[in-house]
Amino acid sequence: MVFSYFPGCTLKTKAKELDRYTRASAEALGITLEELPEWQCCGAVYPQPKDEIATKLSSIRSLASARDLGHDLVTVCSACHHVIKRVNHDVQTDTDMAFKANNYLKLDTPYHGETRVLHYLELLRDVVGFDKLAEKVVNPLKGRKIGAYYGCLLLRPSREMQFDNPEKPTILEDFIRAIGAEPVIYANRNECCGGYVTLENRELAVRKASAVTASARANGAECLITACPLCMYNLRHNAEGDMPIHYFTELLAEALGVKEKEAAQV
Amino acid sequence: MIANQERQLAAEIRRISGVNPKLCMKCGKCTATCPAFDEMDYHPHQFVDMVDKGQIEKLMQSRGIWTCLSCFACLERCPRMVEPARLIEAVRVAVIRQQGQNHLKPQDIPGLLDDELPQQAITSAFRKYAK
Amino acid sequence: MLKIGVFVCWCGTNIAATVDVEAVAEALSHEPGVVFSTNYQYMCSQAGQDMIVEAIHKYDLGGVVICSCSPRMHEATFRKTVQRAGLNPYMLEIANIREQCSWIHKDKAEGTEKAIILGKAAIAKVHLNAPLHAGTSPVTKRALVIGGGIAGIQTALDIADAGFPVDIVEKKPTIGGKMTQIDKTFPTLDCAACILTPKMVEAAQNENIRIFSYSEVEAVKGFVGSFHVTIRRKARYVKEDVCTGCGLCTEKCPQKKIPNEFNLGLDNRRAIYIPFAQAVPKVATIDAEHCMMLKSGKCGVCAKVCTAGAIDYKQKDQLIEEEYGAIVVATGFNPIKLDHYDEFAYSQSPDVVTSLEFERLMNAAGPTGGTLLRPSDGTHPHTLVFVQCVGSRETRDCGKPYCSKICCMYTAKHAMLCREKYPDTEVYVFYIDVRTPGKNFDEFYRRAVEEYGVHYIKGMVGKVVPENGKLKVQASDLLTNEQLHIDADMVVLAAAIEPDESARPLATMLTASMDTNDFFTEAHPKLRPVESPTAGIFLSGTCQGPKDIPETVAQAGAAASKVIGLLVKDQLTCNPCVAEADELMCNGCSSCEKVCPYGAITYVDKEFRGPNRTTLLRRIAQVNPAVCQGCGACTVACPSGAMDLKGFSTSQIMAEVDAICK
Repeated sequence: MVFSYFPGCTLKTKAKELDRYTRASAEALGITLEELPEWQCCGAVYPQPKDEIATKLSSIRSLASARDLGHDLVTVCSACHHVIKRVNHDVQTDTDMAFKANNYLKLDTPYHGETRVLHYLELLRDVVGFDKLAEKVVNPLKGRKIGAYYGCLLLRPSREMQFDNPEKPTILEDFIRAIGAEPVIYANRNECCGGYVTLENRELAVRKASAVTASARANGAECLITACPLCMYNLRHNAEGDMPIHYFTELLAEALGVKEKEAAQV
Repeated sequence: MIANQERQLAAEIRRISGVNPKLCMKCGKCTATCPAFDEMDYHPHQFVDMVDKGQIEKLMQSRGIWTCLSCFACLERCPRMVEPARLIEAVRVAVIRQQGQNHLKPQDIPGLLDDELPQQAITSAFRKYAK
Repeated sequence: MLKIGVFVCWCGTNIAATVDVEAVAEALSHEPGVVFSTNYQYMCSQAGQDMIVEAIHKYDLGGVVICSCSPRMHEATFRKTVQRAGLNPYMLEIANIREQCSWIHKDKAEGTEKAIILGKAAIAKVHLNAPLHAGTSPVTKRALVIGGGIAGIQTALDIADAGFPVDIVEKKPTIGGKMTQIDKTFPTLDCAACILTPKMVEAAQNENIRIFSYSEVEAVKGFVGSFHVTIRRKARYVKEDVCTGCGLCTEKCPQKKIPNEFNLGLDNRRAIYIPFAQAVPKVATIDAEHCMMLKSGKCGVCAKVCTAGAIDYKQKDQLIEEEYGAIVVATGFNPIKLDHYDEFAYSQSPDVVTSLEFERLMNAAGPTGGTLLRPSDGTHPHTLVFVQCVGSRETRDCGKPYCSKICCMYTAKHAMLCREKYPDTEVYVFYIDVRTPGKNFDEFYRRAVEEYGVHYIKGMVGKVVPENGKLKVQASDLLTNEQLHIDADMVVLAAAIEPDESARPLATMLTASMDTNDFFTEAHPKLRPVESPTAGIFLSGTCQGPKDIPETVAQAGAAASKVIGLLVKDQLTCNPCVAEADELMCNGCSSCEKVCPYGAITYVDKEFRGPNRTTLLRRIAQVNPAVCQGCGACTVACPSGAMDLKGFSTSQIMAEVDAICK
């Protein structure tokens, strides 16, 4: 199975391990992730105004190039996923916006939302299947109590993201079970960590991130997993206490027995 | 009576946000769910109401447009699909689209950095706070 | 040529404001056959009707065209009018220039032009009308009530009281419905069971009433006056007529951990169970999904302890067939599932409950024996938060756009009872609006505030976080513009109500219409509120829309009186607009038989004269006019054009189309 892969800028710099473990685990699962040639930064924030066109063009370029290659487009960073999926939704549903965007881009074939955007987690759930994934686990993380941190961007707005039930998501918990660990449900798993205002208002970011880790700890979580580099930074650096935070792909690589090999290369 | 100019501004906010504030039934769930409540001078339900009444100048000067976390909790949980987050962003955009009104300036960036800060924090801050 | 009179109605300003009625009457007076054309303010009034009668006599009219409101409104009225003047009632045509013209147009010139065209079409049709004579069909003097809650019970009692036999079909093992789960009723605070169970017993003892509990309607055929219904009596593995309801089996069954539906899963029952002490019929039922004997053949304890010998592991579902003259739908409601409202932590903490669960927690027959205790740890709660409108008045997919109507009152009741029984509690109610339009309702709500000190806060709860044994409630107070943070011991969610899931398949079976929320539609929202548009189908209780107990009982009685009005008739006048097959054109292909939803078409072999004095035996369609409802499906399906509908024949419809296109 071959997919186009959009790593995003942070995965090339501060979140290299998120990228590495994604590729290693995919390989172990027999999935080929082909990095999209000449991809551009998605912008990290979805521009909500209806009249924003230019800020959405880089996402459309990536979507169109995956379409031209004939592949689904896989992302792993929550923010990239959020931006690209919503821009795709805009192209599919807002004809005015799609017309203007295509006018700018002058692609050989205009883009009309043909590409399917998949988060790596969706790939694991819908393409690989969590039961199949469980069969490939060589190093089950038995006895580990892990809290899933969804944050905002994977789930909301659910009408566009179509990722999971926004108030009662299960995908990360099912993932945790598949790698042999025990998921911890806590109410703040889909509440904001304050990551976007870490530069603007660090004090607010500290409060929000601390509320997440406190809620997880109160419910018995030993560590948290996330798919978002910004959440990772914020929960690690801004939250009070010392709750360990991992990328979900790191634990996946560990369970599949490919983490050591990767770590050795660092 | 609101001035003609402000009425036009309100229509502009409705247009770029794509939000119809008339759908609001004033339940206050957006404000109840807002994680940045303490940092906002006008709360999400007030935002919707004030756009409806055309009081845009006040909103453009408010602190809340910079502290909104863009977490989309208000938008997701609103029982009437009003989408307050879109209104807040529309007002923020209306401010920074004016010349010289960028909220974040490149020269401020180095002072805010640390070793671990991911690129997307900077990219997103520019997206949100500057044009 | 047929002499035709045209009568254009103003309907006050309803038509006259957007249609120049004068011009319409004038234009139509030049149509072929029209000998008289006039307009009048209210054609349906006595004076208007007299004008029609007079014109029929004076101008010797053979056909009448009335340009007015929809035929659904006044066709019956005007048919009687022309009959009064000695005309066959089917020599009347109505051009709908209100719903299909004046109400949807703004421009008067356009509206007038369209009204004239609609009038011309009706005139073209009436030229081809032929006198029709309605036959009659018999009425089976027995009613079926589907659903055995308070609505169904009250309807059945009222029909039985008038002397007609009634059957109640209830899918649960006992009748009683939701009201059996309610602790107290507003605004009088009398015990729900105390006023309901006597009615349940009365229904069981009434010789005109049969109760089919643990049964479902499987199929419905026929039409008003003679419905043929198949009822599935599900196997309960207990002989209903032998079981004494002693309950010994329900104490000895070793399967102890099955969630008890009656207490909404707040405690457990056995695999053989009687839902509650006052169940009717008071007989045990085996839950086949959990019974070891039925699953693996190993156990048989209940059969051993049953002194009456009522247990029958070999029992099978039984299908019974019965004829009914009328059917009453009383399928009731359920609270919505809260899967998409987990911001309130419903699935994360047992101390977040729905209002119906709260009823059980306050009820003497409930899991806690009537002492309010937290489901998580059995301790006494001190701070309670009630959240109103959970899923009601919501335009998102997971919610309901309507107001569930009963929540404001039961929440006031819960809050009041809580403060009365436990004065040490703090009780908060978060509301968007408090809606209490009912007799003594607002006084009741005010009592909760003024006498019982319940804190009513205008605002909504946004998030509930279970933490360290508490529920951290984050909410808004819109009047003070604050975000509140309350450490609560329990949170009670007033979940929206929705029609029972059995309603939609049932509506399909009955060809009864529903709205987008799956509530049954009434024949007229104001004037025929307890009848379905489908003849012979009546509506009782919340299947038609949210309502409280007094309203449900009132509607149940109204539905019963409509049923009685039908059952006292010996014969019903049939609709003469039925299908008819042209024997010479029919090729016996069976297409019409396959599409007929009423089973009105049969095939016979008939002898025809062939060439050279031969006789041919041909298979042809025959329509039973008593069964045909005139839907016209067969006329469309017939490939040879043999099938035609009286009053709506192909030639009549083509004449209308020609008139419109002219």
